[in-house]
Amino acid sequence: MPKDSGIGASSKRREDIRFLTGEGNYTDDINVNGQAHVYFLRSDIAHGTLNSVDTSAADGMEGVVKIFTGADFEAVGSVPCGWQVTDKHGEPMQEPRHPVLAHGKVRHVGEPIAAVVAETLEQARDAAEAIVLDISELPAVVNMKDAVKEGATKVHDDLTSNLCYDWGFVEENKGAVDEAFSNAAHVTTLELTNNRLVANPMEPRVAVGDFARGTGDHTLYTTSQNPHVIRLLMGAFVLGIPEHKLRVVAPDVGGGFGTKIFHYQEEAFVTFAAKACNRAVKWTSSRSEAFMSDAHGRDHVTKIELALDKDHNFMALRTDTYANMGAYLSTFAPSVPTWLHGTLMAGNYKTPLIYVNVKAVFTNTVPVDAYRGAGRPEATYQLERLVDKAAHELGVDPIKLRRQNFVTEFPYATPVAVEYDTGDYVATMDKLEEMADIAGFKKRREASEAKGKLRGFGVNCYIEACGIAPSNLVGQLGARAGLFESCTVRVNATGGLVVMTGSHSHGQGHETSFAQVVADMIGIDEGMVEIVHGDTANTPMGMGTYGSRSLAVGGSAMVKATEKIIAKATKIASHLLEASESDVELKDGAFTVAGTDKSVAWGDVTLAAYVPHNYPLEEIEPGLEETAFYDPSNFTYPSGAYACEVEIDPETGQVTVERFSAADDFGNIVNPMIVTGQVHGGLAQGIGQALLENCAYDADGQLLSASYMDYAMPRASDLPFYDVDHSCQTPCTHNPLGVKGCGEAGAIGSPPAVVNAVLDAMRSAGKDVGHIDMPVSPNRVWEAMQG
Amino acid sequence: MTQVKMTVNGKAATGEVEGRTLLVQFLRENLGMTGTHVGCDTSQCGACVVHVNGEAVKSCSMLAVEAQGAEVATIEGQAAPDGTLNTIQQAFQDHHGLQCGFCTPGMVMSAAALLKENPKPTEADVRHYLDGNICRCTGYHNIVKAIMAASGQDVGTIAAE
Repeated sequence: MPKDSGIGASSKRREDIRFLTGEGNYTDDINVNGQAHVYFLRSDIAHGTLNSVDTSAADGMEGVVKIFTGADFEAVGSVPCGWQVTDKHGEPMQEPRHPVLAHGKVRHVGEPIAAVVAETLEQARDAAEAIVLDISELPAVVNMKDAVKEGATKVHDDLTSNLCYDWGFVEENKGAVDEAFSNAAHVTTLELTNNRLVANPMEPRVAVGDFARGTGDHTLYTTSQNPHVIRLLMGAFVLGIPEHKLRVVAPDVGGGFGTKIFHYQEEAFVTFAAKACNRAVKWTSSRSEAFMSDAHGRDHVTKIELALDKDHNFMALRTDTYANMGAYLSTFAPSVPTWLHGTLMAGNYKTPLIYVNVKAVFTNTVPVDAYRGAGRPEATYQLERLVDKAAHELGVDPIKLRRQNFVTEFPYATPVAVEYDTGDYVATMDKLEEMADIAGFKKRREASEAKGKLRGFGVNCYIEACGIAPSNLVGQLGARAGLFESCTVRVNATGGLVVMTGSHSHGQGHETSFAQVVADMIGIDEGMVEIVHGDTANTPMGMGTYGSRSLAVGGSAMVKATEKIIAKATKIASHLLEASESDVELKDGAFTVAGTDKSVAWGDVTLAAYVPHNYPLEEIEPGLEETAFYDPSNFTYPSGAYACEVEIDPETGQVTVERFSAADDFGNIVNPMIVTGQVHGGLAQGIGQALLENCAYDADGQLLSASYMDYAMPRASDLPFYDVDHSCQTPCTHNPLGVKGCGEAGAIGSPPAVVNAVLDAMRSAGKDVGHIDMPVSPNRVWEAMQG
Repeated sequence: MTQVKMTVNGKAATGEVEGRTLLVQFLRENLGMTGTHVGCDTSQCGACVVHVNGEAVKSCSMLAVEAQGAEVATIEGQAAPDGTLNTIQQAFQDHHGLQCGFCTPGMVMSAAALLKENPKPTEADVRHYLDGNICRCTGYHNIVKAIMAASGQDVGTIAAE
């Protein structure tokens, strides 16, 4: 029987009520009395010397409050990067200054050059049109392989080249890997592109800066996944504002998908300008601005090779990847193609030798950083495409080849530095085969063919590493941040709880699922637990939400804080019950003396904590409020197996997804409804990457896909109903809830299945093209079919 | 500046607007009704869908002055006065048809317009009708399911929780 409350129940989301009635409080809904509006004049040139910014004609225009240029920010810090990668020679990566407003040079289309603060947005925009820019255009650096050639134009004149770093992992293994290749019975090679994407949360970014001269307090309202991180990065590194004078509020946030992790110039600008103008300053991104200023995702070009022995066992894997950083290093950009990608190259397989090389490259494009999955989709895509290609080259069943090479014993230490604690790849594949009705495929293909269509079946596995940790290890790997999470649980006198978490919810439903956990632990109604997040003024220092970490890391902090609450409440209860503490247990919202009918209700204990008349004051303090910080001892390793069936119209090249099955192992599940919804959303983004989405630049660095007219967002009619299962559960062994994280799986696991299915369909018509790049557009398919 | 008068969710609303003021700006900025959202600048995303004289309209593509004298309905007016969700809103909650909630007002208003003209839509009808409403969170599965459920159809055979 499904549970109707607590852990394991599909509790309906409480946040839905305000979202369904128009009462959400998104950042753009916030207006501060007397606020002015800012419009950013952005570069329409990819690369150029900024000779002058003449604001004289704009300065006196109606409504203009103040105009800022790069010169105003010379004394201000660089927008910081939060991860320093060390290259294969032991040298630190090249790290350029990232100005709030461009100064000296412009380096990508969309880079802010000047900012006009005016009474209204329209006035700011009008005045911006009167600003005269003198820019000497330079050759744009767009193609990564050209960018690192000798003599290439440099994006940053003060760096030695456009190479941010050349990373080898594990460098000491390279010789052994190369030797395994020379002894291989078969080598499969694949060259592919992981297409550049734009995250596109439906809510564009917004930032409102406010400053109270009377107290010197700054407030920033911003569309962020991690307000404490923004407070630290912006306060400490850019503007020099101590945390106690800077409050960052991220209220209802309309989706993030990674792109709202990062600290952006616009946040620093409105905070700076609010003080300079002595009034609140608001910026709301248009969608067009979002395309050229939100950090992009993916954009890897890879050559990958697999060595197999004569029995088709994987012997070694070797990869060579170019990863686009864009023009500047966004907050976590350097970690994505390295520690979030190289460490996942073992996938679900017991390949004993692996070497990963990544060259991160500066180009005159928007900075690239984490997007749903961040490095793990890139790893999964190349590996799962490669295994499929190997199976076809060897004439063996792709599922059989995978099964033969699965890791089956846990814990398993990979040759790429991580140790999988639990998993059961055979079980998820068994489940998938059942869901995908492989036996029925032949009939479905015949039915498609009878309509003049081609039908293909594709499968893939995935493994991901979530809840990135522990802090001391990632510090050694170059992280400039801790990766713990925090929680304060405040119990009120009448028994209700306020749970203040450092995690952030921007669609994940934490207000519901986190409450389920605490209510379950105490045995009270979920409605007695309120979840507070998103405001540095009333939550403990936390790292926010990304990397499928919230329940695994934030939830663990919450469990620890609640355990402290229960421990203290048990002490109080044992005093009230005049029983030994060890005999008192909490169950269903009451403390009972074991083996007796003596009990005291939760609410009586909490009241005693705040009205301590009959209370052991000499032993414990009054009150009931506890804080915990949790630093995980390892990543979590969700895994799964996905299958896709596509139809191709050979006349047009149009691909449609007819069936999609996903068997995931997320460990324990708190709210199955929410977990399923997370997978659905991830699948749509993964299928979108595979079939539709592409962020395209021309050779001059002009962004060709800068609106929903040009960037193909998946629509309802592009997608099927999905068949999703998470009944295979191998709980995480090192966090208290045994949870693994589910937010990114769908986006990580789905692209290879789609492309494998497309290639299978083409093979059914006698076209074995080996590989086709994403997005698998009608044009690409049609051309491949003609070749 | 021009004075506009219209009825919004059954109540008289007036304001001074410029000729270029969009209906969505009038709702959000003049009336402070921030339930209607702006997710793009090319009339593609549908987060701003409202009803004008009973028709679904993208309020980012209509001037406030064009709505002079019109009956406008927004997400704020969909629930009963006591707060009880209407059938579509309730189906969205029951079937987890929303995550971040940003596209949701437009989705609910589009769904209402669809069910008015097509009370028992097929899956294909729903997906086709939603071409002008983009959601980035749900993958549409539960939105389509919620709208079909709101139309009184049995959605029990559709996969998932």
